[in-house]
Amino acid sequence: MNLIIIDYGVGNIKSIQFAFKRLGIEAKLSKEINEIVQADKIIFPGVGEASFAMQMLQTNNLDQLIPNLKQPILGICLGMQLMCQSSEEGNTKGLGIFHTEVKQFSSGLKVPQIGWNTIYNLNSKLFSNISDQAYMYSVHSFYAENNKEAIANTNYGHVYASALQKDNFYGVQFHPEKSGAVGAQLLKNFIEL
Amino acid sequence: MLSKRIIPCLDIKNGRTVKGVNFVDLRDAGDPVELAKAYAQLGADELVFLDIAATLENRKTIQDLVLKIAEHINIPFTVGGGISSTADVDDLLHCGADKVAINSSAVKRPNLINELSKKFGKQCIVVAIDAKEINGDWLVHLAGGTIPTSINLFDWAKEIEERGAGEILFTSMNHDGTKSGFANEALSKLSEIVNIPIIASGGAGTISHFSDAFLKGKVDAALAASVFHFGTINIPTLKKELIKNQIPIRL
Repeated sequence: MNLIIIDYGVGNIKSIQFAFKRLGIEAKLSKEINEIVQADKIIFPGVGEASFAMQMLQTNNLDQLIPNLKQPILGICLGMQLMCQSSEEGNTKGLGIFHTEVKQFSSGLKVPQIGWNTIYNLNSKLFSNISDQAYMYSVHSFYAENNKEAIANTNYGHVYASALQKDNFYGVQFHPEKSGAVGAQLLKNFIEL
Repeated sequence: MLSKRIIPCLDIKNGRTVKGVNFVDLRDAGDPVELAKAYAQLGADELVFLDIAATLENRKTIQDLVLKIAEHINIPFTVGGGISSTADVDDLLHCGADKVAINSSAVKRPNLINELSKKFGKQCIVVAIDAKEINGDWLVHLAGGTIPTSINLFDWAKEIEERGAGEILFTSMNHDGTKSGFANEALSKLSEIVNIPIIASGGAGTISHFSDAFLKGKVDAALAASVFHFGTINIPTLKKELIKNQIPIRL
């Protein structure tokens, strides 16, 4: 298994690398296009601010590469948000993979949403052996609007897409690498896709 | 539904846990990684590591420890103690910490909050406040609660939210160590005036204290140390009881 975590200078990638190590899988960090295209599976992480992260993708020409990848790729947190059409955070144009938009949580809610929330309407092999209403850990101020590409929903003030899928592209808003045994199961499922 | 969080806090000195621990059979209860693993297994939602002897020479020790925790623990964790610059935070996040907690350094130089929030995002910046109620006024204290200031708790809470804090960890010095319950009145006022999550700290003695913190104090998370370390409260039992009181909790 040649697993690559895209390392474009954004986010806590060590935690993701450690999570795979606990599953017995060595994940390699890279931002080199020729390495990424040859990977069997790819993780697209991200923590921080959307417009800055997008700039970092552009600097490394990854904004052109990612939408054309053919192997399974999993966006996590901001990675997933960048795979959408656009984000209200920093008025950022996304990679346009998922046909939904990223909006800010309304002011009546405590923002960021920090903590464990349930996922439901699970509809993908990514959730094999994960039960409906399982808890996943999330930290975010922006969310992807629900659409027909949603493979999981979560409710915080209203329903949003907590996971998305289109063809070989997968995205999760929560952090599987920080979500205990359930999160580890999801990463295992991704490897076994 | 977003669940309320239960957070054990581990005091660290020279890379070892300091308070005695006897809630579970560990080969080495002074090893923070062993202890953290045990808490994660029991259903802790998050962990806080407080470096109580934070000194310059100690920075490398805490970084090595953070790296080890990140390698072995699959739940989120916060590191606090002695953090006063963006470089400190950069090092800890690079070693795998999910969040950092700052306290005195933010009071001394409030702009640190803005700098950290801008560079790393508000989601990883916890601002801890130690305060004491004196003649009806809640006053912020520095250096582990030893130095009083004239800063009002609620004004400071609003200011740190505006400056970009992602969470507030509030310790009431009137309640800390008393095992007589959390400072629910002050907590519920905090929860009303700011729009970021509040973590209650100080005063946990019984299961109903946690229940009160969530229902009366309206907090998002409750932190405790000795009741967990000494086995007075067992986390799975605590969580089951909270669910009985209709509090959203992850089992």
